[in-house]
Amino acid sequence: MTASTARPPAPIAPSDLQIARGRKARERAIRTFFLAAAAFSIVVSVAIVVSLLGNALYFLINVDKSALFTDGWFPRRGLYDIATILAGTLVISAVGMLVATPLGLGAGIYLSEYASPRTRRLLKPVLEILASIPSVVLGFFALTWISPNIVQPLTGAPLSNMAAAGLAVGILITPLVASVSEDAMHAVPLYLREAAYGLGARKRTTSLRVVVPAAISGIVAALLLGVSRAIGETMIVAIAAGGTGGSLFQVNPFEPGQTMTAAMTALAIGSDRVQGEELTFESLFFVGLLLFLITLVLNLASDAFVRRVRRAY
Amino acid sequence: MSASPGTLATREAVERRLRSGSSDVRGTVLEALLLLSLLIALGVLLILIADIVVRAIGVFTDRGTDFLGSALDARPDQAGILQGIIGSVLLTVLVAVLALPLGIGAAVYLEEYARDTWLSRLIRTNIRNLAGVPSIVYGLLGLAIFVSLVGIGNSLIAGGLTLAVLVLPIAVITASEALRAVPMSIREAAFGVGATRWETIRSHVVPYAAPGILTGTILSLGRAFGETAPLLMVGAIAGTFSSTAISDMLTGSYTALPVIVYDWSGKPQDEFRSLTAAAIVVLLLVILLVNATAILLRNRYDRKW
Repeated sequence: MTASTARPPAPIAPSDLQIARGRKARERAIRTFFLAAAAFSIVVSVAIVVSLLGNALYFLINVDKSALFTDGWFPRRGLYDIATILAGTLVISAVGMLVATPLGLGAGIYLSEYASPRTRRLLKPVLEILASIPSVVLGFFALTWISPNIVQPLTGAPLSNMAAAGLAVGILITPLVASVSEDAMHAVPLYLREAAYGLGARKRTTSLRVVVPAAISGIVAALLLGVSRAIGETMIVAIAAGGTGGSLFQVNPFEPGQTMTAAMTALAIGSDRVQGEELTFESLFFVGLLLFLITLVLNLASDAFVRRVRRAY
Repeated sequence: MSASPGTLATREAVERRLRSGSSDVRGTVLEALLLLSLLIALGVLLILIADIVVRAIGVFTDRGTDFLGSALDARPDQAGILQGIIGSVLLTVLVAVLALPLGIGAAVYLEEYARDTWLSRLIRTNIRNLAGVPSIVYGLLGLAIFVSLVGIGNSLIAGGLTLAVLVLPIAVITASEALRAVPMSIREAAFGVGATRWETIRSHVVPYAAPGILTGTILSLGRAFGETAPLLMVGAIAGTFSSTAISDMLTGSYTALPVIVYDWSGKPQDEFRSLTAAAIVVLLLVILLVNATAILLRNRYDRKW
């Protein structure tokens, strides 16, 4: 191109840089659609709270208050002892955490600090497959294998007992604890490990004294999330813990017991409102609200801990 | 400056450490213990699968495909899981149609449009918390809203809507991760040639994020396929379809495969133990297949930027 043929470009007017009006309108419509999709999640939360609150409040107002603190959980007879279902939930979650804490953290530390890429590729899917097994399957396994082969020979407990259900719950949440804690340890920057090695620390000292403390927020988050999941777990308990219909107050793990979640399934399966006491249907929502609030607190706490890890590194 | 006793001791300790052999017994024990926790998980998985397959094998050798093609029945030698399979497939299709577009849409908003405002922070926190709400609570939501308030009743549609709401936060989170993995430079390239935000998303971001989004959505559908507790809340307790007409299936009584597993596991007869195991084999096969597909997709299309 020579100077003589080149023409100066037409000056750019501000209107050239604006997008056409139709295009702009379309952009706005699409943006609104996506915003609506995102905001729908808030609608869901509100719907959960509203649907729980209405019936739960109706239950609390109309129930005989002394029925909330009696000898056991027998909704069909109008006995709603909260302590019974809280105790059952607590026992099973505790057994579950006794299993999931060492297994989950051990797996997490191994995968993050020790595993070679090859063993990682081989062993990580084990946890992923375990995580994908539906809880109803683990419930059946707890009742037909864990209880008769592990719990009963050791303790002589009845076939349905809280320990077997708790062990299965522990297996269920192990992959969750492992993956969240592994993520946390993975986020610990390499220079901390290098500094430890530089001081002559061994691998085990580096892992346990440097990486684990540095990732402690994330590890706590993993455990809190595990507890939350254990408390909310339903099908294992409904199948294997033996609290169908009702139960007396029970904290011995080698006896049948009732959790909040199992109490809910038992209520819902006979959900014809005519059956039993007048308030059985509403009591379902009261227990649901209790469960929702407990897990919400745990989840929020876990979330706060996770964010602390992100902020630190 | 003379060395203090402290530094002398340190020097000796370092020297000793440097001269000592490399064997660290306690370290080896620790590594073995850590590996053991993974091996225990593997062991449980193998025992679970072996135990269930052994229990189920009789049903498949005696009944063969008859077990898959028969309706529910109180007589163990007649009972089959056809209705559960149909119910679960219909539920999963409903979830896919309802939850996935909404979930991906929400993820696109959060990753591509939202600035860091109180609203987007609220939505993000809210979605993370929804993902942690116990599934049985979603069942109560379905019972109060879809079954009672909207008046759909104990039907497959109510079950599908409930599962869709349950899967939604998981779909948003996995799709968000896939979108976040697409590097900024891809978007900048599109903006640079004058594309609008939507044109950038449609032609650049979503195509690159598609494998990740697909993997996530497949996994969340697998989750929906195995969910039991919320379905019990909205009335799927081993009801049978009243007819084979699709409208009756959607609005009448219904059941799903995991619900049958739950129902049968509570039956006293020994024969039902084997039937339950056989139903679990089918359920696990579907779920493992779904997960394997997702993992294969991820490995095939995973790209490092």
